Amino acid sequence: MKAARADFWSGLALGGLGAYIIVTASRWEYLGADGPGPGFFPLWYGIAMAGLSLALVFFSLKNPNSDLIDWSGARRAFGAWAALALSVALLKIAGFAVSFAVLTFFIVAVMYRRPYWVAATVAIAAAAGFYVVFALALGVKLP
Amino acid sequence: MQGFAVALQPMNLLWCFLGVVLGTVIGVMPGLGPPATIAMLLPLTFLMNPASAMIMLAGIYYGAKYGGSTTSILLNVPGESASVATCFDGYQMARKGRAGAALGIAAIASFIAGTVGVLGLMLIAPPLAKMALAFSSPEYFALMALGLAMVVLLAGRSMVKALLAMLVGLWLAGIGTDLFSQTSRFTFGQMELLSGVDFVVVAIGVFAIGEVLTNMEGREAAKALPVPKGIRNLLPTLQDLKDSRFAFANGSLVGFLIGVLPGAGSTIASFISYGLEKAVSRRPEQFGQGVVEGVAAPEAANNSETGGALVPMLTLGIPGSSTTAVLLAALVLWGFKPGPLFIPENPALFWGLVASMYIGNVMLLVLNMPLVPLFAQVLRTPTYILYPLILGISVIGVYSTSGSLFDVWLLAGFGLLGYLMRKLDYPSAPLILGLVLGGALERALRQSLMMSDGSLSILVSRPVSAVMLSLTLLILLIPLFNKFNAWRLKALDN
Repeated sequence: MKAARADFWSGLALGGLGAYIIVTASRWEYLGADGPGPGFFPLWYGIAMAGLSLALVFFSLKNPNSDLIDWSGARRAFGAWAALALSVALLKIAGFAVSFAVLTFFIVAVMYRRPYWVAATVAIAAAAGFYVVFALALGVKLP
Repeated sequence: MQGFAVALQPMNLLWCFLGVVLGTVIGVMPGLGPPATIAMLLPLTFLMNPASAMIMLAGIYYGAKYGGSTTSILLNVPGESASVATCFDGYQMARKGRAGAALGIAAIASFIAGTVGVLGLMLIAPPLAKMALAFSSPEYFALMALGLAMVVLLAGRSMVKALLAMLVGLWLAGIGTDLFSQTSRFTFGQMELLSGVDFVVVAIGVFAIGEVLTNMEGREAAKALPVPKGIRNLLPTLQDLKDSRFAFANGSLVGFLIGVLPGAGSTIASFISYGLEKAVSRRPEQFGQGVVEGVAAPEAANNSETGGALVPMLTLGIPGSSTTAVLLAALVLWGFKPGPLFIPENPALFWGLVASMYIGNVMLLVLNMPLVPLFAQVLRTPTYILYPLILGISVIGVYSTSGSLFDVWLLAGFGLLGYLMRKLDYPSAPLILGLVLGGALERALRQSLMMSDGSLSILVSRPVSAVMLSLTLLILLIPLFNKFNAWRLKALDN
């Protein structure tokens, strides 16, 4: 995926956010008896966001072959993020220690291709370490 | 003396020591910067005395500057962006077998400049705060607009993207209940958003999680050059010190002055100082091939900038960088109001911080000279151990602040946003600054308009705000002038 395309799509996304801000803010009071209302400031930065996003989209269409972005490593990053999201979903059911150990095991074994016994050792040691330092020593409530 | 009475308390000395050691370790590790570390530790500081917490967090800030040179010299990978200029000659010195001298001169330059920076902070901050006491809402609005404009200008390659990132920050700051009218804004029907988006969640997500995801793209870490063992091997020669004497002075002054400007930052300071050193050098052709003053100048500027950057943050409530934005948010979360009244209302905290920075710089020099080989070992920590630890600390940090799993979900979301911003070349500093300043900026604007019955002329009819808004406009127009000039020159060539 080229940077120009990335600029195009990110510009469109931010343009959508700008339009949402404008539409939502226009429902709130703009100027009242006591001065500017809650819609005053958001309306203006919404307009600025929509305008700048359009400019970004325009530049991207004008220079379609600008900088290239290397997306080859993005799969690993998205994989790590998905694992993090899964571990957050697990927090409510299994608690911090188990969900964090699962996340650590995934990162060590799957993403860094270390042997399973290494991954299991790191996962258990890290989860136990967090429990001892934060929950027991510092009295911090774990999720 | 009041400051030293605070800083020399045994617990504060311990926190200062912990801060500078942790900062050095963070600086050594490429990919994990001081804003992420400070943001991660912020929730834990709520249990601490604010003076001790500030001393520790500031220690991380300037300690990281010391540590940042280690990877630049040994790996040719800057530990943080401010250490990029140190790579040019530092790595070349290391390749020639002079890694010890390069690390030693970096530590000495950091110590001298760090001390000059603190001295500047001590002398300039109180009178500047006194001057700013005369400010009212229009001046505050203009000042914040100026601060945001400078950051946007210097934030990255694309002005449009930096502005968009800042606007997203302003939008995030607007989420929650409007204090003037009690209207809930952009809450998507979520009760958890009524009190707004917690700064800690955004900062940890964008900086810490975003950095981890970016670093996880690659599987292997770069190999470091060996560090000579023993303090004797880390001591620069007398000739090295003589060659660096102007670089120490140049870096200290340039770094401090640039640090005072909101938005300029240590990266700019180190590059300007390096360029200046090369311009006045008797051997400019050797720069980039391993000259000692090419290490001393950027390292001095990088460290002196810290003291300068704290001036606008503490006296005007304007953060000039991501790290000072996080520090500013920390002060606000602890219940302080950074601005002109901060020093008169909290003299013990301000002077305690200044005194601790003197002590911290001495600690860093003593630590860095003999312990550089030890700190360099941090580079050998396997990334598959480091990254899960950062993710774990981030989750605990956010959950401990609010006790809400909703915030942990937000954290994951902002982590993805931070990664995408890096990937798509959107600078994250404007987003954070927009978030930090957004609320106060809107409040100042609305109060100003209330004062004038809705007339915007109040912003330009008062001399101080008029000057600052003119400067803001000028700064925002500079890239357009540059573009026009480039187009004109191209047209002339054709």
